[in-house]
Amino acid sequence: MTGAEILLESLKREGVEVMFGYPGGQVLPIFDKLYDSDIKFILTRHEQGAAHAADGYARATGKPGVCLATSGPGATNLVTGIANACMDSIPMIAITGQVKTFLIGNDAFQEADVTGITRPITKHNYLVKDVKELASTIREAFYIATSGRPGPVLIDIPSDVQLADTEFIWPEVPEIRSYKPTYFGHPGQIKKAAKLISDSKRPILYIGGGVISSGAHKELRILAESLKAPLTWTLMGIGAFPGDHELSLGMLGMHGTAYANHAIMESDLIIAIGARFDDRVTGRIDAFAPHAKVIHIDIDPSSISKNVRVDIPIGGDAKNIIGELLEQIKKAPDTTEWLKTVELWKKKYPMKYKDEGKLKPQYVVEEIYNLTKGDAIITTEVGQNQMWAAQWYKYNHPRTFISSGGLGTMGFGFPAAMGAKVAYPEKLVFDIAGDGSIQMNIQELATCVANKIHVKVAILNNGYLGMVRQWQELFYKRRYSHVAITAPDFVKLAESFGAVGIRVTKKEEVRGALEKAAKIDNTVFIDFVVEGEENVYPMVPAGKAINEIIGGLA
Amino acid sequence: MRHTISVLVENKFGVLARVAGLFSARGYNIASLAVSETLDPSISYMTIVVEAQDEKILEQINKQLNKLIDVITVTDFTKKAHIDREMVMAKVEYSPKDKAKLESIFDKYVGKIIKAKAGIAIIEAVGDQAQIKGLLEQLDKFGVKELVRTGRLAIAE
Ligand SMILES: Cc1ncc(C[n+]2csc(CCOP(=O)(O)OP(=O)(O)O)c2C)c(N)n1
Ligand SMILES: [Mg+2]
Repeated sequence: MTGAEILLESLKREGVEVMFGYPGGQVLPIFDKLYDSDIKFILTRHEQGAAHAADGYARATGKPGVCLATSGPGATNLVTGIANACMDSIPMIAITGQVKTFLIGNDAFQEADVTGITRPITKHNYLVKDVKELASTIREAFYIATSGRPGPVLIDIPSDVQLADTEFIWPEVPEIRSYKPTYFGHPGQIKKAAKLISDSKRPILYIGGGVISSGAHKELRILAESLKAPLTWTLMGIGAFPGDHELSLGMLGMHGTAYANHAIMESDLIIAIGARFDDRVTGRIDAFAPHAKVIHIDIDPSSISKNVRVDIPIGGDAKNIIGELLEQIKKAPDTTEWLKTVELWKKKYPMKYKDEGKLKPQYVVEEIYNLTKGDAIITTEVGQNQMWAAQWYKYNHPRTFISSGGLGTMGFGFPAAMGAKVAYPEKLVFDIAGDGSIQMNIQELATCVANKIHVKVAILNNGYLGMVRQWQELFYKRRYSHVAITAPDFVKLAESFGAVGIRVTKKEEVRGALEKAAKIDNTVFIDFVVEGEENVYPMVPAGKAINEIIGGLA
Repeated sequence: MRHTISVLVENKFGVLARVAGLFSARGYNIASLAVSETLDPSISYMTIVVEAQDEKILEQINKQLNKLIDVITVTDFTKKAHIDREMVMAKVEYSPKDKAKLESIFDKYVGKIIKAKAGIAIIEAVGDQAQIKGLLEQLDKFGVKELVRTGRLAIAE
C-alpha cells in the first residue's frame, strides 16, 4: 500500500467516519485516495474551520475529531484550532502534508516547521519520515489523543511518504514505556478523602470538564445526592450535572452566580473533580476559600497543587475515583444547616436582569431554552454571548454545551456547531453567537449550505465587541476604543449563501423566530438586534476575591 | 536556588526541543543542560540544573517533564544521594616564568595544564562545584581570558 492508502485504512480501523479539511499541493496523494474512500470528507472554507469542526465533533461525541490540511499555510491555519483543543483537553488528530523529505529544511515552497510550531500546543506530535512507521504512528497518535488527559496530536506527513509503498501492518495497541496514565486512585488517599468528606460540615463539589471527558456524570450524580452536597462548576463542567437540580449552584468564578461564589468561599471542604482552579474561577488566589480543605481529583498530576494548596491529591480517572469514593464513604456528612445557608444565598442573590427597554440578550437565551427544553446542543462564540449562554440556559446533559474555555477563541462556535451537527444530524444545534465573533469564521456558512449541515445561529447583535466594551466601561472610564464593530446585513448575507436569514428586534418576535428557525430545513442566521450596552453580571473584577461581586445584585 | 535533576528520555528527533521548550514556555530557568546517549542507545540521559525559588516550582517542573510523552523518568537530586561533576577548560594568561607558580595551584586544586605556549595556557579540570569554584578563584589571579564549562553531570549513588 502507499502511505496515503495506509493513512486512510488506519483511520478506518480507528473508527473514523468523518474528517474535516482542505486540499493543497502536499496532500494531493491523500486526496486522490479520498476520492474512492467511504470516509466522509467535509470540505470547509478555511482550515481553522476544519480544526474547530473536528473539535466540536469530538466534544459532542467523545470520539476523536480528525482534520486534514496541506503544508505551510494550510497547517498554520490549523494552529488556533489545535491550541484551542489543547487548552480544553479535547481528543483530536490533525494531519498535515509536508514537503518531500529531501526538501525539509530548505525553505521549500509552502514549507513550515509544523512540528516545531505545534510542539507547545499539542499533547504530542510526529513527523513521519519513513512510510514503514506510518501505521504504527497513527495507532500511537490515536492512543495518546484519547487516553489519560486527552488532547490534540498532530501527524506531519511529507508528500513522498504519502506516495511510498510498503506492506500494511496494523499494530497492536502500542505499549509506550514513557507514557502510562494513571486511571485508579491511590487507595490510601481515597480512604483519607472519604474520612474528610464524612467529617465535613460545609462540603461543596467543584466540577470541571474532566467529569465530562471521563464520562463520570452518572457517578457524580450518585455522589452528590448521597452526600447532599451542593455543586458548582466551571465553564467546561457545564452539563456534567443537571442544571435544574436542587443541589446545583450553577457556574462559579468571574461571571458565576453569587451563591456559587459565596458557597465555595464559605465551604469547609472543596471536592474538586476534573477542574484546575483556573484564575477565572479562583479570583484572587490568596483570598480563595480560606476555610476549606481541598480534595483534588484529576487525571493530570500536573494540574494538582499548581494553583492552590491541596490537602488530598488523588491522581486518576474521575469515573473510577468517584466509584471508589462511594465505596469508602461510610457516613454521609450532615449538610442540613449548610443547605439552608446556601438556600438563603440563592434567595438573596438570584440571577436576574432588567427586562425592559430594548430586546435583552439574556431573554433570547432563555427563550432558546424554553423552546428546546435543554435538548439541543448549544455552542457559543466568545465574549458576552458565551457568558449569557452559560448563565441563562439550563444544561441537563453532558456534551450539550460546547464552548471555548481555556483559549477563549472567537470564531469557534460556528464551525464547532457544524462538527456537532455532523455527529448528530437529528439534533437541533444552536450557535449562540456575537456579532463580532461570527464574522471570524463566517465563511463556513458556505460549508453548511453545501453539505446540508443545518445549524442555527442566534447572533446576539449588540453592535459591539461587547465583552471588551464592558471592561472599557467599567475599568477604562467608558473610553470605547475600537470596540464598536460594524457587520454586514446578516439576513442578506445568509440569503446570498443560500441559507435563511431572520431579523428580530422585539421581544414578542423572539419565540416565533426561534420556532421558525428550528423548523426550516436549512441553515438559519437569526440576527437578534439587542441592547447595545448590556453588561454580563454578576461580575468579579480580575484580581478580586470571588465574593467581591459587582452588579446584578438585589 | 539551584536544583539538579536528571531526565531519561527516548533518544528521538525533537526530544531536546520538547524539554527545552517546556522550560521556556513556563518561564523556568535552565542554568545548565548536558545530554548524551546511555548504555541503551534508544535512551538519552539529561542532567538539568534549574533555578527554582521554591518546592512548588520544582514539583511543577517535575510533573510537567513527566507529562511529556517522550520522558521516561525524572529524578530530582535535591534530596537524593548523588555525585556531580563538571568539566571546565580555561585559557589563562601565561608566560614561561609563571610555570612553577601556575603548577603549584594544582597541588591544592583540581586541574592541569593541557597546553601552554607563549601568552596562553589552557587548563582543564573536572570536579564538583566547590572544587571548580576554588580553582577558578585561583586562576583569576593569572587572568582568565576564556572559559568553557560542560554544565553539571549527576549520577545517583
Ligand atoms: C480570536 C480572538 N480575538 C480577540 C479576542 C478578545 N475578545 C474577547 S471577547 C471579545 C468581543 C467579542 O465580541 P462579540 O463576538 O460581538 O461578542 P459580545 O461580547 O458582544 O457578545 C474580544 C474581542 C478573543 N477572545 N478571541
Ligand atoms: Mg457583540
